[in-house]
Amino acid sequence: MLTLILISAVKALIVVAMVLNLAGILGWVERKGSALIQDRIGANRAAIFGFAGAGLVNTLLADPIKFLTKEDVIPRGVDRLLHTLAPCVSLFPAMVAFAVVPFGDRLHVGELVVNLQAIEVDVGVLFLLAMTSLGVYGVVLGGWASNNRLSLLGGIRGSAQMISYELAMGLGVVAVVLTYGSLDFQEIVRRQGHMIGGWIPSWGILYQPLAFLLLLIAGIAETKRAPFDLPEGESEIVSGYFTEYSGIKYLMFFMTDFVEIAIVSAVVTTFFFGGWQIPFLGSQGFVFPWGWSLALPHVVVVLLQVAAYMVKVFVFCCLQVLVRWSMPRLRYDQLMWFGWKVMLPLGLANLVVTALVLLWVRG
Amino acid sequence: MTTVPASWYAFLGVLLFTIGALGVLVRRNLIIMFMAIELMLNAVNLVFVAFARQQQTMDGQVMVFFVMTVAAAEAAVGLAIILAVFRNRETVNADEVNLLRW
Amino acid sequence: MSPFLFFLLAVPLVVFSLGVVLARSPVRSALSLVVALFLLAVMFFLLDARMIAALQVIVYAGAIMVLFLFVIMLLNLQQEPVETARPGQRTIAGVFSLVFLFFMGAIALRGLPVMPGPGVETAVTPSFGSVEALAERLFTRHALAFEVTSVLLLVAIVGAVVLARKIQR
Repeated sequence: MLTLILISAVKALIVVAMVLNLAGILGWVERKGSALIQDRIGANRAAIFGFAGAGLVNTLLADPIKFLTKEDVIPRGVDRLLHTLAPCVSLFPAMVAFAVVPFGDRLHVGELVVNLQAIEVDVGVLFLLAMTSLGVYGVVLGGWASNNRLSLLGGIRGSAQMISYELAMGLGVVAVVLTYGSLDFQEIVRRQGHMIGGWIPSWGILYQPLAFLLLLIAGIAETKRAPFDLPEGESEIVSGYFTEYSGIKYLMFFMTDFVEIAIVSAVVTTFFFGGWQIPFLGSQGFVFPWGWSLALPHVVVVLLQVAAYMVKVFVFCCLQVLVRWSMPRLRYDQLMWFGWKVMLPLGLANLVVTALVLLWVRG
Repeated sequence: MTTVPASWYAFLGVLLFTIGALGVLVRRNLIIMFMAIELMLNAVNLVFVAFARQQQTMDGQVMVFFVMTVAAAEAAVGLAIILAVFRNRETVNADEVNLLRW
Repeated sequence: MSPFLFFLLAVPLVVFSLGVVLARSPVRSALSLVVALFLLAVMFFLLDARMIAALQVIVYAGAIMVLFLFVIMLLNLQQEPVETARPGQRTIAGVFSLVFLFFMGAIALRGLPVMPGPGVETAVTPSFGSVEALAERLFTRHALAFEVTSVLLLVAIVGAVVLARKIQR
């Protein structure tokens, strides 16, 4: 019993550390990415003892210190309780959602079998949907409690946008769940382990390319980033729902953004790119279809898989950063048109076709 | 370890239902009245789930599923009505919406 | 569920439900309801209704209540002055509620032990409350109701669109 609790705690710690570090690193990647696209240097001011060389490390350290030491301004006339609650409500579900995404296969340590997934539930997909659907409250509360009409506009825009794109996201998820016949993330990843004809990894992208696009686009819309960044829309409504925030609370909203990017990447990776699977890597080591093989100890295999998962997640995070800095913002009617008249019908059609094909294949 | 009998859940459901009913009777703000109705629906859901657990049958949970669907439909239509009322009368107070009263 | 856990959930549940009814500002009222719904979802989960618990959060907390908040924000309903109640309305409502609570509560606490069937404490099969079990019931015995519900949703969508649309003059 004690071992079990200890293992769960360690797994939870690993996930939290992973998410927080990733959020920090992404903050730096985002600045460097924007600098790259806008043809400037960017993010090279943070220096420790005059040493600005290691940009990533310095920014990672400097950012939180800067935010933590800033004054926490609470404007007059705001609803103090809700104003303080909003960033917490925003960050909490985003972080919790990560707990159901598996970051590795089962790890055997002597007698013990450790499932590398912080929360092992058979309805993991539903849990994730539930948590992401709670994310909208941070936006709504922040917009409402700030007692600022620009914030309110941002909050209204955010809530409408997030409800609208949740539908497309849900339909994409349902199509994937239909394909794998399971609501358990770990099971979904395992099903992507075998090779089609021995050569092609049977990743979800082969079965559900449309659902992949739907999930990625709806995910970007849920994270409220360009081209869907109307709730923040800095050239129109200052900073949208977090205009009136500063210091640590601003940092929490900021981090929510990056944690949500990481969730979208993790879900896309898990559903469509085999999660922690590496092609040709079985539990005994690499076995290539052209006859080569390379035996590896169990621990190395598991570590390789965890590393593969992280690399995949990071690649999709970078993709989202790239999308953000290369896309212009949509107009609001275009946003709604796209969500309701393109994404939703496509999602429905994809679902029907998936169901029919499954009926035909499985009989 | 002792467990809670089903009647406690039933009582909790009754209590929540009464609070919701009180809200509908006392409040005059249409949106708050509406939310009190949602509370009443949820009180019933709790009883359904508790009895489904007691009787070891899934039918209670299926009922909850239907109640949720109806609640979603009701929320969509109800809020649209409130929006329409507000657009025409500039109020969400139930007592001020009295054009059809004799 | 142990009594400790029950009260741990039930007491805040009642408090937040009262918050829904008593809060002056509609936003606070809505947020109380969100918390109450979330607590109910936890209770469902502990009553082995995993699927229903997830649906409760996704549908109620994630969609319906966001819709409420959206409308409240759209109409910009600030904290209102003391509501005008008609004379005697509160008294009558209070008496009515107390009477209702007394009789229904008596039925709940006294009348139920005579009901047949095992108590809540008996163990259930692992599949109880799972997605498969719910779906199996839903699509066999309640298939007609399910289809009717889908029509209801369609009607509701059309109705909401028609009602909320700005009338072109």
